[in-house]
Amino acid sequence: MGENIEFKYTVENGEFQRAGEASSDVKQKLKAMGVDPSIVRKVAIAMYEGEVNMVIHANGGEITVTVDPDKIKMVLDDVGPGIPDVEKAMEPGFSTADDNVRSLGFGAGMGLPNMKKNSDNINIDTTPGKGTKITMEVDLKEA
Amino acid sequence: MKVNDLIKKDLFKVINEGSDTDREIGKVFCCDLLSIAMGKAPAACCWVTVMGNINTLAVATLTDAAVLILAENAALDDAALNKAKEQGVTVLSSADPIFDTALKVYESL
Ligand SMILES: Nc1ncnc2c1ncn2[C@@H]1O[C@H](COP(=O)(O)OP(=O)(O)O)[C@@H](O)[C@H]1O
Ligand SMILES: [Mg+2]
Repeated sequence: MGENIEFKYTVENGEFQRAGEASSDVKQKLKAMGVDPSIVRKVAIAMYEGEVNMVIHANGGEITVTVDPDKIKMVLDDVGPGIPDVEKAMEPGFSTADDNVRSLGFGAGMGLPNMKKNSDNINIDTTPGKGTKITMEVDLKEA
Repeated sequence: MKVNDLIKKDLFKVINEGSDTDREIGKVFCCDLLSIAMGKAPAACCWVTVMGNINTLAVATLTDAAVLILAENAALDDAALNKAKEQGVTVLSSADPIFDTALKVYESL
């Protein structure tokens, strides 16, 4: 893996049925590239949580995944409502999800904590009313 | 025990035979809340749930579960079945409640 490889995805608004397609695709691609299964799993889980959040909280968005020799970087960019209090949003159990989302088994407020747990580095850049950009990195070297 | 060994035991109905039935089954994991399963399902687990929607399949795929068992004869809708086929996830079904289903798997591990 000399050069950086990039994958781009558009996550559609309200497409709850399709949430996970981008993450599944990345998972398959990383697997095919021979990335260690435990690292693929971390990327898949972290990205899926972010993808679901884009669908349920932010009217969709764009995801860019870059694979470079020492890490996998995911950038999740949306023009949704933003997160007014990031510290609070990171607390396990905090959620603003509605009943419809909850009836599907989501909205327990575990997504952001799980993104943190499964990435080696996470940065949340958000502006209320403008959108949210979440950058997560998973290291490849410890494999 | 491998996934295909579990299938051969004939304890459960086969809804979809996945692409990697030669996989070793790790822990048995019970949970119906996808948000929690997403954080807690161990890789290679046998996941027992009554939640059979398409998102269950996404979670099973992304957490790398070895096999999914739907307890209480919980139905898998068409979209979810297609996803299972597409992603090669083994899905079994049981008439028993979650605990009894999980216990059956546990006792045969
Ligand atoms: N991309 C996003 N845009 C706007 N708000 C978000 C976004 N991601 C997360 N949030 C906010 O942070 C809260 C916590 O997120 P999370 O831990 O994933 O839990 P859940 O999705 O179950 O509500 C959400 O309920 C929502 O209010
Ligand atoms: Mg979430």
